[in-house]
Amino acid sequence: MTITTIPPTPLHHGHRVLMKGNEAMAEAAIRAGCDAYFGYPITPQAELLEWMARRMPEESRPFVQAESELGAITMALGAAATGARVLVSSSSPGISLMAEAMSYMAGAEIPMVLVNVMRGGPGLGGIGPSQADYFQATKGHGHGDYRVPVLAPSSIGEAMALMADAFELAEKYRTPVFILADGTLGQAMEPVELHFREPPRLAADWALTGADGRPPRVVKSMHLEPEDLEVHNRHLQAKFAEITAREVRWAGENLDGAELVIVAYGTAARVARTAIARARDDALRVGLFRPITLWPFPSAALAEVAARARGVLVVELSAGQMVEDVRLAIEGRTPVAFEGRTGGMVPTPGEVLDALRRLRGTTAGDAAEPTKEARP
Amino acid sequence: MERSVIFAGFGGQGLLFAGQVLARAAMDEDREVLWIPTYGPEMRGGTAACTVIVGDEPIGSPVVDAAWAAVVLNPPSLAKFGPLVAPGGTLVVNATLIEAESGRDDVDELRVPCTRLAREAGDDRLVSVAALGALVGRTGIVGPDAVIAALREILGRKHPEALEADLAVFEGGLAFGRAAPVTATLAPAAVG
Repeated sequence: MTITTIPPTPLHHGHRVLMKGNEAMAEAAIRAGCDAYFGYPITPQAELLEWMARRMPEESRPFVQAESELGAITMALGAAATGARVLVSSSSPGISLMAEAMSYMAGAEIPMVLVNVMRGGPGLGGIGPSQADYFQATKGHGHGDYRVPVLAPSSIGEAMALMADAFELAEKYRTPVFILADGTLGQAMEPVELHFREPPRLAADWALTGADGRPPRVVKSMHLEPEDLEVHNRHLQAKFAEITAREVRWAGENLDGAELVIVAYGTAARVARTAIARARDDALRVGLFRPITLWPFPSAALAEVAARARGVLVVELSAGQMVEDVRLAIEGRTPVAFEGRTGGMVPTPGEVLDALRRLRGTTAGDAAEPTKEARP
Repeated sequence: MERSVIFAGFGGQGLLFAGQVLARAAMDEDREVLWIPTYGPEMRGGTAACTVIVGDEPIGSPVVDAAWAAVVLNPPSLAKFGPLVAPGGTLVVNATLIEAESGRDDVDELRVPCTRLAREAGDDRLVSVAALGALVGRTGIVGPDAVIAALREILGRKHPEALEADLAVFEGGLAFGRAAPVTATLAPAAVG
């Protein structure tokens, strides 16, 4: 049974409406000027595709449900190579099938936005919410030396805002961009203030628009001469360095005077927020460091925040993936603990609070206070 | 303070709908709210559930380890979610289908003949709307007017022919929730 967002009426800018995450991301993409959508249904992402199936024809824009994820991403590659603003969405197993084309697009510098509404893995796994595709999204996804910007929303409103930002980043740097959401964010409904944004179109002087009256252009990832390929790789790496220098994003909450800091993104950050509120009853001051770009990872900012804390707790819906980047950022200067659930399970605020208490126990300074009775 | 309500029952009892109506009502009262369904394979024939969290600040955790209230419409739901209600919380039980009691003396257990109330008001399929009425009448988590407006908004567009019966069933549940004696002397639930 699919329950859809209530108002199929016109969604007016500025209105506050109750929207399902998948549908909100889809509408935000349309309002961001998405020219074409390609996809293949998979839970827990299906409502995004369903929304596009209804809305894109209303806007006289192409919607294609391909014969498979491979078909969808490869069609998207072709459309995006013409300079079109293209969206593709799927969930974990489908995203794996798209890795080859993502590598080609990174190599050929083709902009596109790919949404992953993550579910539990490995393999076909299950359909519950997960963050177990962090490695896949941030460390390359496909073969070759490349990275793509990865944006991680923590609320439905933020997911809508990041959609326009993702298209902007993709076109500015001529790169695919990931939006990494999870099943909870896709399936939940929240009130959202409708603030749509269509990024300005850059002159795509590389796009394949027909060579009538101008020299032909080439969009390709193949460079058979090693010398040429290395030159191309140096160019790509310089671009990745520029993205790393300029596009890092994160949000902090209650970090001033925090003795412990939780690092979490997406749904895990929301669980952490509730646990942090409860920790106040323990006289435990805990801050939240929430990466919004998972790549580039906010390493420098985190190192600075962690240096002022006694301990860092990483919370993920995985067996521990982002925790590796946290440890690389902190370089052993502050103890790092991990709390996670897998397979579609989400840590409860109580479990995170217990992990905070354990961390305090192992990092306690002179002023450690006795632990109060646990709340139910 | 966040107030979380779990709705659980058989797929088809309308509990996702009831949760959605509550979420919409909370939004119309300018509050923050999050609605999240279980979307696993258990929805096909087994027990389905959704959680609605209402608050004055942006909602934090979408998972609840101690619910402010639970509405259980079938026996497996009572077994699964009865223990999850925080001490001092409210447990609305569909007495038509559930003979067992929760065995808890630290929650306000409200036994509601949901099917009978729904039938008396005109449509015995509207079990979850009767239960929602009882929850609202008992706890005041949202105002009845906001629920009525939400029912009009949602059904008015999709199923206008069903609106009259839904409103009548909601009113029946509301009256039951307001009139039934409290099962225990309780402090207000402290946990969201």
